[in-house]
Amino acid sequence: MGGISLNYLVRRLLVFFLTLWVAATLIFIIPRLAPGDPIAAMVARLTYQAGFVEDSNAIIEGWKERFGLNDPVYVQYVRYMGNLVRGDLGYAMARFPSTVSELVGRALPWTIGLVGFATLIFFTVGNLFGALLAWTKTPKLVKVMIPMSMIFTSIPPLLAGLLLLYVFGFKLRIFPQNYAYPLGAQPELTLEFILSVLYHGFLPAMAIVLVTFGYWALGMRGMMVTIEGEDYMILAQAKGLKPFYVLYRYMIRNAILPQMTALAVSIGTLVGGSVLVEVIFNYNGMGTLIFTAIREQDFNLIQGTSFILIVTSALAVLIIDLCYPLIDPRISLEGK
Amino acid sequence: MAEIDSTTVVFGGTKKAGAFNRFDNPWLNWKFLTGAGILGLIAALVFLGYQFWDTSLALTASSPLNLPPFGLEYQKGKDTILVGVPEHPLGTENSGRDMLALIIVGTPRTIGVGVIAASVGMVVGILLGFLAGFIGGWMDDVIRLATDITITIPSLLVLIVIQSVLGSVDLVTMALLISLFSWATPTRYIRAQVLTMRESGYVQMARLSGVPVRDIMFKEIMPNLLPYLAASYIGNMTGAIISAVGLEVLGFGPQRIPSLGVAIFFSIEAAALLRNMWWWWGIPTVILAIVFIALLLINLGLDEIANPRLRKAS
Repeated sequence: MGGISLNYLVRRLLVFFLTLWVAATLIFIIPRLAPGDPIAAMVARLTYQAGFVEDSNAIIEGWKERFGLNDPVYVQYVRYMGNLVRGDLGYAMARFPSTVSELVGRALPWTIGLVGFATLIFFTVGNLFGALLAWTKTPKLVKVMIPMSMIFTSIPPLLAGLLLLYVFGFKLRIFPQNYAYPLGAQPELTLEFILSVLYHGFLPAMAIVLVTFGYWALGMRGMMVTIEGEDYMILAQAKGLKPFYVLYRYMIRNAILPQMTALAVSIGTLVGGSVLVEVIFNYNGMGTLIFTAIREQDFNLIQGTSFILIVTSALAVLIIDLCYPLIDPRISLEGK
Repeated sequence: MAEIDSTTVVFGGTKKAGAFNRFDNPWLNWKFLTGAGILGLIAALVFLGYQFWDTSLALTASSPLNLPPFGLEYQKGKDTILVGVPEHPLGTENSGRDMLALIIVGTPRTIGVGVIAASVGMVVGILLGFLAGFIGGWMDDVIRLATDITITIPSLLVLIVIQSVLGSVDLVTMALLISLFSWATPTRYIRAQVLTMRESGYVQMARLSGVPVRDIMFKEIMPNLLPYLAASYIGNMTGAIISAVGLEVLGFGPQRIPSLGVAIFFSIEAAALLRNMWWWWGIPTVILAIVFIALLLINLGLDEIANPRLRKAS
């Protein structure tokens, strides 16, 4: 990483930490801006469920005292930030005594796996298809087939998930209808388990890939078309370089750079989309965790899960940004 | 001087002739027109639906339950077979809403969220994008930082946190919440375009002639950005509808008069997939898919209108 200019590094890190701070602060402020008192609402719900709760006012006061809601807001804020920095997200209220960190720790790897796997596929396929679309030497048939495969582009992954699940899960019964691995199986590092995870993850991943790769193909095609008009392309042809060599070294190498930037920008949308796909497939990841938390009206769990997903997305963006100078040597020269 | 004059005349001449040649008009782009046509058709159908169909059937308990579309049979349980009736041509769902009424009411509501959120986002995006790109300096730094942060945060998650506190809200509120995030992408995009435009000859010329900055921004640069702005608007609208449908599917939509996403939420809640009631989730899904494909076509068309090189390649 010695090649990264200090300026670039500092700016990226600044954006990363500011993102975390803004997200954490938003999550702190939002419930306090809302009308009504969350604790009173919770006790009211208990009263509604149980019919009658003795001394409900005392309970409200007790909880307020316990959660420190009687302290001034800035004291609460400092304490909240301190807890976050230590990784203490509190308890999942509806599933006491599980902590939010525990539940998140179990769910996060699945989401990272699903999104990572899908990203790998759509980024490769999309860029390859885009390059082929723009390349002058591509067979005519391929140039007709590719746009046809892109019909689903820009549909949300959630809808693609519904359609895939119906066709391949319920009608044809080729793929499992829910979960990331068979019910009752214990996560372990055996070939059998890994295969079953791939089998269960295939449809959710495809739901993301099918609607996403066309976007990358279009972006790549746009870049390639621009590059074809550059002077160095004429030079490459005049030198008599092999077409494949020109495609790879001169065109794709250059066109992939803006695509990497675009990937960093799209991480947020991608994570949002996969949250919903997980809900459709009842996948064991963060999306399903948020969905159950919403149903159980577990604020603490909703906030904790959202915050960790935001941190993960910001981290992914940071990693892509830091890898960027490695593939684009020009960046490292800047500011030196 | 004479040479420059003659080229200008020739160039101006061909351009004038081109305006009358309909094949030269970039706005007559088939992708753009198809997409716009589909949206127009949907609007017309919704309008006709409001005229000729009883939209109060979109409320609960207004129709018999779980009927399949007209002409089809639905095996409910072991020995009950429900048959579709002409009174409910697209069937009904679990709580007695007529599917046809539901989509007539739901489709414009869903698209409406996109229009509101995208419009607010666009106005803010144009203002900030021009400020950052044209004026620059510390303002550019601040706006760029805010944009980067907003884009990095997955908006759906913050919206989930907001909505889990607010509960289910009406669609205008939902649209405004979504627009808290929908300004960032247009801002970034417009800033980049303005930065390129700023150095171009005609802007330099206007600046040297002492045209006020505001006029350069909105009278000189803006008209040239129109196709880009339109493409950005459509992209933004797609994003906003995706967010709205996502929130609705999580159960945050208005529950009484449903939109398409809310219909999908109800169908998931009631295990419509397992019960083989495909029309319940399928019809809203297909309509949403058609809307998204239409928006994509418009966007692709606008890209080609804005970028002549893409036009040549296709």
